[in-house]
Amino acid sequence: MSGISQEDVAHLARLAHIDIPADQLGHYAKQLDAILNAVAEVSSLDTANVAAMSHPVPMTNVFREDIPGVSLTAEQALSGAPAVEDERFRVPRILDEE
Amino acid sequence: MVEATMNYDEAISKFDPVLGLEVHVELGTNTKMFCGCSTVFGAPPNTQVCPVCLGLPGALPALNKIGVESAIRIGLALNCEIAEWCRFARKNYFYPDMPKNFQTSQYDEPIAFEGYLDVEIDTDEGRKTFRVPIERAHMEEDTGKNSHVGGATGRIHGADYSLVDYNRAGIPLIEIVTKPITGTGKYAPEVAKAYVAALRDILRGLGVSDVKMEQGSLRCDVNLSLRETPESKLGTRSETKNVNSLRSVERAVRYEVSRHAARLAAGDTVVQETRHWHEDTGISTSGRAKSDAEDYRYFPEPDLLPIAPSREWVEELRAALPENPAVRRARLVADWGLSEIDMNTVVNSGALDLIVEAVDAGVDPAAARKWWTGELSRIANDRGIELEELPVTPAHLKRLEELISAGSLNDKLARQALEGVIVGEGDIDEIVKARGLAVVSDDGPLLAAIDEALAADPAVAETIKSGKLAAAGSVVGAVMKATRGQADAARVRELLFEKLGVSE
Amino acid sequence: MSDLIRKDASELAGLVSSGEVSAVEVAQAHLDRIAAVDGEVHAFLHVDTEGALVSAAAVDAKVKAGDKLSVLAGVPLGLKDILATNGLPTTCGSRILDGWIPPYDATVVTKLREAGVVILGKTNMDEFAMGSSTEHSAFGPTHNPWDLERIPGGSGGGSSACVSSFEAPLAIGTDTGGSIRQPAAVTGSVGVKPTYGGVSRYGIVALASSLDQAGPCARNVLDTALLHSVIAGHDPMDATSINAPVPDVVAAAKRADIKGMKVGIVKELGGEGYQAGVRSRFEESVALIESLGAEVVEVSCPSFPAALAAYYLILPSEASSNLAKFDGIRFGNRVGDDGSKSVEQVMSETRAAGFGSEVIRRIILGTYALSAGYYDAYYGQAQKVRTLIKQDFDAAFAKVDVLISPTAPTTAFKIGEKLDDPLAMYLNDVATIPVNMAGLPGMSLPIGLAPEDNLPVGLQIIAPAMADDRLYNVGAAIERELLAKWGGPILGMAPELAGA
Ligand SMILES: [Zn+2]
Repeated sequence: MSGISQEDVAHLARLAHIDIPADQLGHYAKQLDAILNAVAEVSSLDTANVAAMSHPVPMTNVFREDIPGVSLTAEQALSGAPAVEDERFRVPRILDEE
Repeated sequence: MVEATMNYDEAISKFDPVLGLEVHVELGTNTKMFCGCSTVFGAPPNTQVCPVCLGLPGALPALNKIGVESAIRIGLALNCEIAEWCRFARKNYFYPDMPKNFQTSQYDEPIAFEGYLDVEIDTDEGRKTFRVPIERAHMEEDTGKNSHVGGATGRIHGADYSLVDYNRAGIPLIEIVTKPITGTGKYAPEVAKAYVAALRDILRGLGVSDVKMEQGSLRCDVNLSLRETPESKLGTRSETKNVNSLRSVERAVRYEVSRHAARLAAGDTVVQETRHWHEDTGISTSGRAKSDAEDYRYFPEPDLLPIAPSREWVEELRAALPENPAVRRARLVADWGLSEIDMNTVVNSGALDLIVEAVDAGVDPAAARKWWTGELSRIANDRGIELEELPVTPAHLKRLEELISAGSLNDKLARQALEGVIVGEGDIDEIVKARGLAVVSDDGPLLAAIDEALAADPAVAETIKSGKLAAAGSVVGAVMKATRGQADAARVRELLFEKLGVSE
Repeated sequence: MSDLIRKDASELAGLVSSGEVSAVEVAQAHLDRIAAVDGEVHAFLHVDTEGALVSAAAVDAKVKAGDKLSVLAGVPLGLKDILATNGLPTTCGSRILDGWIPPYDATVVTKLREAGVVILGKTNMDEFAMGSSTEHSAFGPTHNPWDLERIPGGSGGGSSACVSSFEAPLAIGTDTGGSIRQPAAVTGSVGVKPTYGGVSRYGIVALASSLDQAGPCARNVLDTALLHSVIAGHDPMDATSINAPVPDVVAAAKRADIKGMKVGIVKELGGEGYQAGVRSRFEESVALIESLGAEVVEVSCPSFPAALAAYYLILPSEASSNLAKFDGIRFGNRVGDDGSKSVEQVMSETRAAGFGSEVIRRIILGTYALSAGYYDAYYGQAQKVRTLIKQDFDAAFAKVDVLISPTAPTTAFKIGEKLDDPLAMYLNDVATIPVNMAGLPGMSLPIGLAPEDNLPVGLQIIAPAMADDRLYNVGAAIERELLAKWGGPILGMAPELAGA
């Protein structure tokens, strides 16, 4: 079920926005391969008629009333930011529009 | 880079267009989808944020009930099924305006699905209805706002850096997605526009959003592909974003048809990509190609529990839905005996609801329409305010019309009375009294004024007698002036002809 | 060294409320202990001397004014550094958050402050709670007070170590797959993972949202129950929080009567792969439970062997998404922003520099498990296994009142021993993971030392959802007998720390 290559790790690292140095890709690939082999055990059980469980509590319809609460001040909001300008979060240039 | 295009008529003669429309609407809730921050437009940057919508470590979402209720109402108004059970999902991708680097959205379990919206357009064969099939309407959250600094004025390309304001991050969004719309032929642009307009009217009627395209509370993406014939399989589609006015919806479809056709005719393939619409130049430009980097890794949002709207709740909401705007419009056209053109004038003036209110209060439909689309629209326009902001009530119009039909006010005096209402002088009767507005019904002063007018212009009596009755206008005008508008013009005319011994 | 540090939390609370001892004296005694021994133990990442003394003084003022005090007012506590604290650094043991000071308090922290509990500081942990040894902290490992060469468990090794080294009578941990219970087991302390939804997760930096749960750590069952009662309860800020009365855990801890109860031994959680001394102490506990009038039966949970695999798919998947927000834009450290690079590049460099290797490993694994084409085989399948585990528990609890097993397969291992072998590390949580998968409450209770290494062994007790009180009833009954047998608390057998 697995067989993870360096290229796979590089692709996943791009998706996850982690700049893994090229010389470490092999190391991660080897470890991930071992882990994936171990977790392949999830397929050992027959789950043909089993529903997936996303939440451990059997509750539904948990809502909040549409009533304003307390927000942070701009100063609080920006207090932990690495770079701030003009009451906004300053970020390096964005290459692509969403 | 400007791409080649083919003349639209030629393009449409060679290819069959398939449309798809994705509309995002920002809900007008008091608070954001998952936190208690305010949604009011235009606040100073980063003042409507909290640990939740700023994505601070540890914060958790709490779902806005009105957000869910609005989604259900929209689904019902679009003839959708409402899910008996559905979940939120995380859509994972990195972007600096998205605080958590995932968007809380819905994936394969939308709250509303399988609906339709009928839209009417003018065709060569008269008005025709197209049924736009709706695939789904789902709940999600908006992103923050980037502004780009340096480089070419505020554009993303060439900017040195960007500044992010997260006030808008987390505002509830409903995304409404059509199925592929086929069978429109050359009317694809008109159908697209009519659909977005009809959707806007429905959303406004539901009161769930202010649906202001220019402020971004209603945003539209246009998907388009061409195929050789209606029997061919679907072609590669482009996804044009940022189409933010009704006019642009029509233009963008037309442009993409022309652009796709030019490529296909030249033997090129259409690239599956995101494109950006430019309102100013009327063209779209390439954004980024869809790539394998776009693997959103959706999974059920563990921090939010499933939503299972009870059938009682859904039926309660269905029963309380306002009348579909298109149905209502057809009904009013018939009831009021209007032409489609007259109705367009009414709708475009934004006075429809006000007229309906007046009619419901007993004002004659024609009169209500006359006041709201005429004098009152002019006044609102002069003052730069919305019609709704005028302090004129159905009761005012009703009383005004009563006085007019009793002959105690004429049009001109009625306008003066309305002016009094607008500047706050009281109710109609008070204003009429205070301003001394009354049609002069005693013939004595009128005859005196006629004599005066004839004396001032001795030639006019002969002209009228010779049969040029139009000359009477100047005498009537002079009498009206002399009586400061309080005369009944028709009576003046009558008395004048009597005096001169002519008959009409 | 003041004898205040050896007192139970309940006793300290009594001394403070009666005015015999001031809360400031109690806080100072513990701060002195930290100053003396934490150089060796390294349980704390941040000690808030001033804040602790200020909140202690506030309790003393209340005592003077004759105000009503909460059950733990004036008692010091160590807080795992994964809970957001307004004005106090919160690092999650990660370089990426080094220096970050949250502008808000976690709900648990708010409850502690309101109860007059004195927060001494933030305790060490595996980075973002990923680990079973606290070796994966970016700020260096915590040492087990029983043997400084050994790990104190993880991820909440700082919390278990501060309690077991008498730096604090109480601590808060979080448990995603065993991070409260396994550290308690290997340090000879008590730890409880409450029912999922029993304690608010708001303000607790998420590792795996559907598994995480905060809970109490202490040196005995009653203190654990008291702390549980202070932090539990419904919170509208956490949608998964259960809106129901909190089970009366304190009354249960005082009841300590298991006569007539049915106790199930989970067949799949024991035997092969469990250290001999762990097994022998566990068997003695079974005999003890029977001697107290409970009926012990063996139950089978056939899907448990797949629990570890399912867990190591669900956890990394959710974590890969939860940790995406750590990008150096809104908070935390940013790396590589020299003005020339794009935001994507700076985010990627920030994350590569800010995350340790175990975090990167799990993010990549989770990214893989959620990817198009792999979702059904991995994440989807793991969620189905989760359903089977839940069904196994349901079937078991149809027959018995509580389940028991060893908490961890081994006693504390040596620092460095398993660091390069993630799979060996993951096995530490094999017995605790099924409990998180089903959202159930679980306790680890010290039941003696393994004869071969003289290190503590823990007994895990598992109850149905929202029956957390059963843990305390059973735990307190066993504890009472063991204290009598040992002649005092197990931690009295631990070697004295050099700095003391
Ligand atoms: Zn907010």
